[in-house]
Amino acid sequence: MPAYGRAVPGRLRPQRPRWAVLGEHIVELLIRFSGISAILFVLAIFLFVFREALPVLGSENFSLIEFFTSIEWYPTSVNNVRYGTLALIVGTFSVTLLAMVFAVPLGLGGAIFLSEFCGPKLRETLKIVIELLAAIPSVVWGFIGLTVMSRLLVEYTSAPVGVNMLNGSIILALMAVPIIVSIGEDALKAVPDSFREAGQALGATRWQLVYRVLLPAAKNGLLAAVLLGVGRAVGETMAVLMATGHAVTIPHGILDSIRTLTANIAAELGEAPVGSEHYRVLFLTGVLLFTITFLVNLSADLVIRGVRRK
Amino acid sequence: MALGGTPALPAADRGASANPLVEENEKRKRPMSLKRSSKIRLVTALMVCLLPYIGCGSDRSGASRSGGATTIQNKGSDTMVNVAQAWAEEYRTVNRKVNVEVSGGGSGVGIAALIRGTIDIANASREIKEEEIRQARRNTGQEVKAFIAGYDALAVYVNRANPLDEIAIEQLAGIFVEDGHITRWSQLGVRIPGVRDDTIVRVSRQSSSGTYDFFREKVLDKRDFELGSRDMNGSKEVVELVGNALTAIGYSGMGYANSGVKMLRIVEKAGQPGVAPTAETTLNKTYPIARSLNLYVLGDPKGAVKEYIDWILSDAGQQIVEASGYVPLSLRKRQR
Repeated sequence: MPAYGRAVPGRLRPQRPRWAVLGEHIVELLIRFSGISAILFVLAIFLFVFREALPVLGSENFSLIEFFTSIEWYPTSVNNVRYGTLALIVGTFSVTLLAMVFAVPLGLGGAIFLSEFCGPKLRETLKIVIELLAAIPSVVWGFIGLTVMSRLLVEYTSAPVGVNMLNGSIILALMAVPIIVSIGEDALKAVPDSFREAGQALGATRWQLVYRVLLPAAKNGLLAAVLLGVGRAVGETMAVLMATGHAVTIPHGILDSIRTLTANIAAELGEAPVGSEHYRVLFLTGVLLFTITFLVNLSADLVIRGVRRK
Repeated sequence: MALGGTPALPAADRGASANPLVEENEKRKRPMSLKRSSKIRLVTALMVCLLPYIGCGSDRSGASRSGGATTIQNKGSDTMVNVAQAWAEEYRTVNRKVNVEVSGGGSGVGIAALIRGTIDIANASREIKEEEIRQARRNTGQEVKAFIAGYDALAVYVNRANPLDEIAIEQLAGIFVEDGHITRWSQLGVRIPGVRDDTIVRVSRQSSSGTYDFFREKVLDKRDFELGSRDMNGSKEVVELVGNALTAIGYSGMGYANSGVKMLRIVEKAGQPGVAPTAETTLNKTYPIARSLNLYVLGDPKGAVKEYIDWILSDAGQQIVEASGYVPLSLRKRQR
């Protein structure tokens, strides 16, 4: 050991070369930038979308009240251009709501099964398959809706057309279930085992344990799982464009075709001349959509934070 | 001692290995400089090779070239996307050096891309508007030039199970127009077997479609569509949906007919006989809702684009128009 000390006399502390110090600083800076970049991108996107939309607010053909309260969406009319998005907003919310009616029981049931009732081997397999389900591209889902599902719906329901709200919401539910299952399972896993042990010690059956102890204890996490599923469903574009029938109406039943905000932007932005009123109104619906998903995600986040504080 | 020795360890290590490292650097130097100079040579050679192409790109003859092959960008009408693809495929056998890339999206999308100058040829199943010609001039400084590549009778489709055979333009407008009064098949005196709710399912197109525009102009007299129609993204989807829905009615290009649907004869004015959409009735203009299939380019076409359009307007190209289910140009209008 002392041999090292003698080999380099007078240099007790290692001096790193300057380039190494500099390199480290640069790498540190880069990492810091990638950390902050998410915020920058979100802000930049919001600013861009808002900047493109803003000029239409001053236009004489456009009124914000009409935008929110009229169902008449005639962006390319020859005589009378009208920009009412009420039908699109109702369409978005109704298809999401119906999707959640399917997805919440399925997703939460799956989460409970995975975390409480199933053996470790089956659990691993199921988790892999569920992750695979989450990885299916939305256009493939849309394709299934357009071909397989629409034929089934015409055959087994009284629907005149297979592409409708029910079709879209089944597809959306299938897309949201993996998210709800994996986040819901995490939430249930986070409940301390002492809760389970206490319950069992009091003589509760497994089912009683689940709905008397675990569900109340994990309710914030489960709510967050559902909200993230909602966020997924609201923002989904391709699948609903293909499966919902793309009709501007307020639906009277679940077999009516509808159009969502996202699908409307996807279908029309390509043809709207850059800078035209139609183009700007589409960006305004983008702002609206952005606000909706932001609120949904924010509330999910606040709910999760509530879990942590406990 | 052990404590004092530890911090010195890396330094000692460095000292010991300093020489081999330097040597290694020295060794690397020579081949590296060699490589660098050969890289420079390569880049220069490439630039010399590419010079003629760069010059070619700036004279806006359209079509971009790479590696000896020319690519023509062709975009627009969904009605025409089938025939445009058939042209592109067949043209590969005529001229191997030219590659035509075809995409759909709707006539409006194609014309918007032409205005931006990102494509060479725009397909449109409607006429270009004055406003769009102005925009193209402002944006690119060039005039839009039009070619008619064939005709299409806009067919009105119903499900095969529907007993209806002909429909008047006025009735058609009553079904599709905003606040139109016809919402049930019984209002037209039609009973579709096996159907309880006979509400008419209207199948339409998204607003970027040239077919949508044409139908609105010719049938609805520029009034608006009633909301709530199923707005499909392509000509084929319209016909497929009508084929799957007993109570549906929709409009689409005549080339998309399939076994699940039938085309209605169109009555222009009450009392007149209905006219079926055929090549003959389209060319002699007795079919009331026929239209031309247009190709739009910026300025007079040159080079590969000109050759391609000439070929489309020749017998060979027109045979493909016919094979795709559309109406080719009459013999005297063709390119010799």
